[in-house]
Amino acid sequence: MSVSIDTVKRVARLARIAVDDGDAERMSGELNAILGFVEQLNEVDVSGVEPMTSVIPMEMRKRRDEVTDGGKAADIVANAPATEENFFLVPKVVE
Amino acid sequence: MKELTKLTIAEARAKLGAKEFTSIELTDAYLAAIDAANPALNAYVAVTHDKARQMAKASDARLAKGKGGALEGIPLGIKDLFATEGVHTQAASHILDGFKPRYESTVTANLWADGAVMLGKLNMDEFAMGSSNETSYYGPVKNPWRARNSNMDLVPGGSSGGSAAAVSAWLCAGATATDTGGSIRQPAAFTGTVGIKPTYGRCSRWGTVAFASSLDQAGPIARDVRDAAIMLRSMASVDPKDTTSVDRPVPDYEAALGGSVKGMRIGIPKEYRVEGMPDEIEALWQKGIAWLKDAGAEIVDISLPHTKYALPAYYIVAPAEASSNLARYDGVRYGLRVPGRDIVEMYEKSRAAGFGREVKRRVMIGTYVLSAGYYDAYYVQAQKVRTLIKRDFENVFSDGIDAILTPATPSAAFGIADEDMNADPVKMYLNDVFTVTVNMAGLPGIAVPAGLDQRGLPLALQLIGKPFEEDTLFRTAHAIEQAAGRFQPAKWW
Repeated sequence: MSVSIDTVKRVARLARIAVDDGDAERMSGELNAILGFVEQLNEVDVSGVEPMTSVIPMEMRKRRDEVTDGGKAADIVANAPATEENFFLVPKVVE
Repeated sequence: MKELTKLTIAEARAKLGAKEFTSIELTDAYLAAIDAANPALNAYVAVTHDKARQMAKASDARLAKGKGGALEGIPLGIKDLFATEGVHTQAASHILDGFKPRYESTVTANLWADGAVMLGKLNMDEFAMGSSNETSYYGPVKNPWRARNSNMDLVPGGSSGGSAAAVSAWLCAGATATDTGGSIRQPAAFTGTVGIKPTYGRCSRWGTVAFASSLDQAGPIARDVRDAAIMLRSMASVDPKDTTSVDRPVPDYEAALGGSVKGMRIGIPKEYRVEGMPDEIEALWQKGIAWLKDAGAEIVDISLPHTKYALPAYYIVAPAEASSNLARYDGVRYGLRVPGRDIVEMYEKSRAAGFGREVKRRVMIGTYVLSAGYYDAYYVQAQKVRTLIKRDFENVFSDGIDAILTPATPSAAFGIADEDMNADPVKMYLNDVFTVTVNMAGLPGIAVPAGLDQRGLPLALQLIGKPFEEDTLFRTAHAIEQAAGRFQPAKWW
């Protein structure tokens, strides 16, 4: 399986990373090298093997469903590039 | 008396307790050493002079009252991956430009609660993705070690390259680090320091910038085994804010030191004898075997048949998790924003400008292997292989093996801007061939210095233990340290 330049552009779009033609060409070479390296996993017989979900056997801890924190709007937006009255500002999404 | 910055944590702790000097004096000695060395070594990305002195002053007040904590007044460096309230936290990435969190990571909060002093934030590979510290937005860290009669700059390893270099060059008494595929143990090996990746779940991941959540673990890099044991005891905890942190008491790891290794069964896995491994690494391994045998341990040949598949499986699982974790860097909530025509173009331009090459490469791989039609072929297959890797370890441990001894890395430190490594990303990835299995299985692993190569560069051995048996690793690593001695670079910076 080989990743074409068009596939790189499609994946970059999914990953929301702008790439130009030069980037896409370079990345297709790198991605193919890595995918070629991981190809060897296909030799492993995994019939009847469950995929790993957790390295340490544990049950998800749960807590009571109640409010334990909050009132920190100013802290939450403190590092944002653009805000107004504790809202994040983004370019217009809906006309 | 020895220079203040050359003392181990254990030595400084005793002398602070005996009032031979104050934490302010110790902290000022480190700050002066950092200011003098950092232009050459680039180990720190931010130095917190004022905060360090404030914390040291508070420590001195507590010490005066005889109320010091386990790390009272000890100056530490913090990897830039840990959120530190009001202080530079960027995972050495441009995309977190200007980020100063309003909260503190659990690991660093634990250290401050025990009285430690923060010197600053340490350089690293961007988002902990790399084995040479060359992917940092802030440029590479230089290894304090150089080959004999050479002035060539070497990498300190990665991703915790700043942590390892700072500890080795006496720019902090100890450092926090993190390990996703070898990022504590490989840089420790390259710098003659001790690094332990504890069992998955031993340290809380809360407030640590996420790379691959099922593999990431925090741990210390320190000058010797005792210091690593002291630091890990303070760093580890159960945390309601991280549901994968494990609820079991944290032992006094230091108490394990000096215990006998007599009768221990040490496994030697034949699969770690990889093709093209230098003779020096094999010789080092044999030396380690001989030391443990002399100390009364029983050496047992074992097999971990799926070892060679750990690295390829890792390069599916880790990028997949990274592509998901790094989706949050979108130019909206924090960090860098590059304007665009619409919101999608803003995301794409911000991420293109904010992420470096290696990070983009891994996000792309992760996105690809998780995309429709490839998920089963890549991701599910890799997670099944991961189950087999873990089963290999469970089998040898249930056969009575107490710990496994391997080399830590396939070579000593290599040069900055190494042409082979730069031309082929897979070559760089092979640095983690001995360490990555441990992350895939969630086990604890420690790298301990064991000798120098022909050029005078440090080499290390790795011990792998059963889940939550870090104390066994400290005890065994201490036996190796006793036999091997300690290794320090010749100061050139």
